[in-house]
Amino acid sequence: MTVTVTAIAPTSTIPMRHRVVVRRRVAETVIVGLLLVATLVAVALLVTILGYVILRGLPAINVAFFTERPKPFGEVGGGVAPGLIGTLLLAAVSGAIAIPVGIAAAIFVVEYRSGRFSAPVRFAAELIAGLPSIVIGVFVWALLVRGLVGHYAAIAGAVALAVIMVPIVARTVEEVLKLVPNSLREAALALGAPRWKVILRIVLPTARAGVLTACILALARSAGETAPLLLTALGNDFFSTDLLRPIGALPLAIYRYAISPYDDWHTKAWGASLVLVVVIGGVGMLLRVVARQRVR
Amino acid sequence: MTRTFDRAFAAGVAALALLVPLTLAAITVLLLIDSWPSLTTFGLSYFTTTEWDPVKLVFGAAAYVYGTLVTTVVAVLLAAPVAVGAAIYLTEFAPRAVRAPIAFTIELLAYIPSIVYGLWAIFVMVPVMRSVVEPGLQVTLGQLPLIGKLFSGTPIGLDLLSGGVVLAIMILPILMAISREVLLAVPPTQREAMIGLGATRWEAVSRAVLPYARPGIIGGAVLGVARAFGETMAVTMVVGNSSRDISGSLFVPGYTMASAIANQFVEADSDLYFSAIVEIALVLLLVGIIVNGVARVLIHRSIADRPAGAVV
Repeated sequence: MTVTVTAIAPTSTIPMRHRVVVRRRVAETVIVGLLLVATLVAVALLVTILGYVILRGLPAINVAFFTERPKPFGEVGGGVAPGLIGTLLLAAVSGAIAIPVGIAAAIFVVEYRSGRFSAPVRFAAELIAGLPSIVIGVFVWALLVRGLVGHYAAIAGAVALAVIMVPIVARTVEEVLKLVPNSLREAALALGAPRWKVILRIVLPTARAGVLTACILALARSAGETAPLLLTALGNDFFSTDLLRPIGALPLAIYRYAISPYDDWHTKAWGASLVLVVVIGGVGMLLRVVARQRVR
Repeated sequence: MTRTFDRAFAAGVAALALLVPLTLAAITVLLLIDSWPSLTTFGLSYFTTTEWDPVKLVFGAAAYVYGTLVTTVVAVLLAAPVAVGAAIYLTEFAPRAVRAPIAFTIELLAYIPSIVYGLWAIFVMVPVMRSVVEPGLQVTLGQLPLIGKLFSGTPIGLDLLSGGVVLAIMILPILMAISREVLLAVPPTQREAMIGLGATRWEAVSRAVLPYARPGIIGGAVLGVARAFGETMAVTMVVGNSSRDISGSLFVPGYTMASAIANQFVEADSDLYFSAIVEIALVLLLVGIIVNGVARVLIHRSIADRPAGAVV
């Protein structure tokens, strides 16, 4: 009993107000410390993942990696060239489909705002953007692989990627078009320019940089997609540029190599990952830097 | 002449633009048609039974729904504190000069493709989970009553917990980016008033800033849920893909809805089997639409103009 009293006695001589201040200061320090830890954890995750991709991926990178097709099971060597070509071809074809549609959707929403169908277009784009990519894969499988084409084919993969890209292009371009000052449109219309000329000659050229950014962003995003390609492009270890046959892609190669039992294939998976991350991350970083400079 | 061309141009733009809602409609209709046999054969029992047997042609997806829910909950529970904590630190406490660069660095995580997360998870994360994290959890949290059951079984690394952890890492950047955006949109007067009354920085943040930003942060979390729900590749690679039972432990190999599609779609050899798989996709479609709608409303409400200084 006496012990407790002596233990409390010294602190109780400090005025109440001071104790509260000390407690608040300590709480502040502890919480800010925890917040700092959270930040460091997030940064550490990025560093770890990128570090592994670089360290494990670099040994796979050589000339053959970019120029040769995969060697048969168990043989060391070869490369991922068919996947690389497939990814480029898929990007080109899906871009050719998605970019016009996406830009048209943005023009429709911004420039023909009064139209009755503007809101549904915008809303549909938002909803498609939120869909799991595997769902889009199932849809394109049903539409093309089973339906119009009849078998797994590169064109089906390109359409699946295009469906993923359209909302990205549409929504980014929409934001850019909204930044074009109305006075420009009005000036052109006042001079007697028809609507189409205002859009093609005034609005789009003004927003050129932003539109280009949107397209590159969408292409970069779609380059890493895997799930929809599993159900559409299927994959192919041989060189192919035939749109009606299955085609390889880097993400598909990573998947196949990652779940294989061969060490050499694991290295190839890391190498292909490094290529993807460098291209996609590089593009993303570049766009951010450019965007920030323009804002300044 | 010009007027005709103007009309033709408008019609062309409209035709291309209308492909967007048309695509969404086509996705819904095609998935509905293809899952119809399964919908009519199994009805609600599809969601309440766990028997998924392609030989007997009986399909119940409850175990897949369970796997998706468990991995998603684990992901949000792990990612939300880190993401929101980092967002708060980077908007309120960090030295001004490093705020944007660090936020930008964390957001780079969003540029890493799902398949690369999967690769990293298989070769780096899973061994650590198997040999360090899971045994560690067993001897600590596993000893507690009630929640101990979550950590029972042999730690194998390829299980629901690993699926949840890799999802957590993947939704972290979007959660942080949205939380940060919402916090930045809180009017400075909120903080100033509180600090003017003698509050410490944290007191100002917790009582005047966070309540104001709450709907937006919750919206970000919901959007994270939407991401986690349909995420396929990375989860498929670490979640185990074998058990079809609901056991209550996180240390069992499971299946998520998306990984079930990825794994079994190409194998489906009968119409009913195929239809049952498409029904999973239909469920993902509907949940995706609902969850995204809710998230957008919440975030929009938080960033949209409100009278300066209003505490919600």
